[in-house]
Amino acid sequence: MSSFWTIWVSVLTLGTLVGCYLLLRMCLKNFAGVPEGEPTGHTYDGIDELNNPPPKWWSNFFIFTIVWGFGYIAVYGLGGWNGLSGWQSSNQGILNLAESEQKSAFAKEHGLLVQYDREVAAADAKYGPIFEAYAKQSIEALAADKDALKVGQRLFLQNCSQCHGSDARGTTGFPNLTDNDWLYGGEPEAIKASIMHGRKANGMMAWSAALGGEQGVKEVAAFVLSLSGRDVDVQAAAAGKAKFAMCAACHGSEGKGSDAMGIALGAPNLTDNIWLYGASQRAVETSIANGRAGVMPAWDKILGEQKVHVISAYVYSLSQK
Amino acid sequence: MTTTLDHPSYNFKVVRQFTVMTVIWGIVGTLVGVLIAAQLIWPALNFETPWLTYSRLRPLHTNAVIFAFGTSALFATSYYVVQRTCKTALFGGKLAAFTFWGWQAVIVLAVITLPLGYTSSKEYAELEWPIDILIAVVWISYAIVFFGTLVKRKTSHIYVANWFFGGFILTVAVLHIGNSMVIPVSMMKSYSIYSGAIDAMMQWWYGHNAVGFLLTAGFLGMMYYFVPKQAERPVYSYRLSIVHFWALVSLYIWAGPHHLHYTALPDWAQSVGMVMSIVLFLPSWGGMINGIMTLSGAWHKLRHDPILRFLIVSLSFYGMSTFEGPMMAIKSVNALSHYTDWTIGHVHSGALGWVAMVSIGAMYHLIPVLFNQGRMYSIRLINVHFWLHTAGVVLYIVAMWISGVMQGLMWRAVNTDGTLTYSFVESLTASYPFYFIRFVGGVLVVAGFILMAYNMFKTIGAKDGSLKPVEAV
Repeated sequence: MSSFWTIWVSVLTLGTLVGCYLLLRMCLKNFAGVPEGEPTGHTYDGIDELNNPPPKWWSNFFIFTIVWGFGYIAVYGLGGWNGLSGWQSSNQGILNLAESEQKSAFAKEHGLLVQYDREVAAADAKYGPIFEAYAKQSIEALAADKDALKVGQRLFLQNCSQCHGSDARGTTGFPNLTDNDWLYGGEPEAIKASIMHGRKANGMMAWSAALGGEQGVKEVAAFVLSLSGRDVDVQAAAAGKAKFAMCAACHGSEGKGSDAMGIALGAPNLTDNIWLYGASQRAVETSIANGRAGVMPAWDKILGEQKVHVISAYVYSLSQK
Repeated sequence: MTTTLDHPSYNFKVVRQFTVMTVIWGIVGTLVGVLIAAQLIWPALNFETPWLTYSRLRPLHTNAVIFAFGTSALFATSYYVVQRTCKTALFGGKLAAFTFWGWQAVIVLAVITLPLGYTSSKEYAELEWPIDILIAVVWISYAIVFFGTLVKRKTSHIYVANWFFGGFILTVAVLHIGNSMVIPVSMMKSYSIYSGAIDAMMQWWYGHNAVGFLLTAGFLGMMYYFVPKQAERPVYSYRLSIVHFWALVSLYIWAGPHHLHYTALPDWAQSVGMVMSIVLFLPSWGGMINGIMTLSGAWHKLRHDPILRFLIVSLSFYGMSTFEGPMMAIKSVNALSHYTDWTIGHVHSGALGWVAMVSIGAMYHLIPVLFNQGRMYSIRLINVHFWLHTAGVVLYIVAMWISGVMQGLMWRAVNTDGTLTYSFVESLTASYPFYFIRFVGGVLVVAGFILMAYNMFKTIGAKDGSLKPVEAV
């Protein structure tokens, strides 16, 4: 902030406070031309006004708050000036994540912590050792540790349940984490990688045009549903089977999904009757016609690796029962 | 106890119109409030209908109580008071009638467009740009009528009530036009010309001063006429009214940033908002002191006069919420109270306790005068209304205080491992009993308003001059 604007806001704000004080001083004097306690002589529609002074406790309290206001601004600053304490709630004037990290790192190095960084540092100092200890154990080991699972569950409830549900059974568009059916692998390290870096379904494109419109979509849907043993229109399914070659690149020729082929594409197994976007014929047709683009956000920067490690153990434990 | 029409050339037609609509909109606004309070407990009450969802009815509720009920009351009382205290009829001829019909059109448009989902998404300024333009035109007409009347006054000084009405009218014009600056992209869609933290600051400069000037200064104007009039006592201190008026208007305008503590707003702006809010505490109380001290020597009247009771209890709620407000503006208190039901409780102690009660008191004073009667149809019903309303407000705000503080504490509670003790939905579940108490409080308030409407129409319908004033005790 330039010094011009600092002076501008200082004159306006401090001027308002000084103005209030002078106003009060003026009204403490009897300028009404009649003795105190008497009517001023103005009458409006039968209403008189008395010439009483403002109550003493009230004016003293008012002056006290004005003085306090100057004190507060002196300590906490105004405009471009950070005040005597140099206190800041957070790094000011940040425009992006990189700038924020840069400023935080600089402040840490020079011991100029803002309130946010200070509180994070205090929390890290207090709770960090707990997570450091957990990080030294393997995910499998943690998955057998009742206390660790409790911590993992709490972290899950606060950070993951919004999409995956409090019971981790997911909902339309958000995978069930308890059924041991995995898009990107269910090994402990694969789960951790999914949470750390997130996942972006980058394959299921819109097939409506390529399949020749509604009829083609219906046929492929019929075939896909037949893979999990559903009753379908046999003729349509046969026509769909021919078109399924296009789908096989990701879902495999048998439709068992990319995980079965050992590729981390996130193309689901179509034969197990688990449907992320709904099991109805209509829902499957919509998935084929318009594509799907689910996103799992990356949590490494939000929670840090040690907490993700504990959450991974909790998620892993859910399908190990 | 009442004031008869002693100057037939006054324009009381527009006052009558606004008075009747105040009561009608009071019922509508609080009824919508009760419906959305019920939806928070029983979500099925939106009947799976888009235009009955909470998100669309909530702005309808706030617009209806602030701009339909509250502002109609301000129109009625300011037009009445400015004529009587300036001893002259309203300036501007048909312009006053235009402000009535124009303002009712604004309200009807709000009632239609908000449930349909048209919104600028700015709190208390949700109406889209064509309606905003109509508001600006009506409001400037209001200013012309009001200040024109002041200019042609037959008294040497201007009465303190009119300072507050004038300050409120001027500032609301500036706030509304400033915050509603948008670029229209279609008839019912526009984008604010401000962006990011600046947009947020403009919004809360507007939002808090809607509270400060419309809901505080305007109603203080009302208080300064109807309290001394109903109590038949002189105003306690002319000098106090000067210092608290000027200090109030010059400090309030700075208080907006306290809505944006711990956000992207620069720290210094937050500090200024907090300091000004706290310094504002005493000037706010100046109005309460002046109103309540006006009653000295006439306290016994409270025993028999439910209208005066409405007015004096409104001042108590005013004092309470203008103490609570500065406290909530302190950053470390705000860190607990912000985003919780405490804020909702605070707003309603101001809106139902102060704004509604002072308006109801003023309306009960005004209705017999305007319709040539000596008193309201039933004083007993006024008394029942008083107790219904008071009980409703107390239930409402106490429930919200408890649930608000509880939510704040639950959200920040941590386990020994540093994880949060409660997930959000647990704090919501814990709030349900208080939502129910709030709902009951709201039902009592609506019931009171319905009694008021009955009493009003009975008074209007009574034979001319047939209701004789109660003997003074």
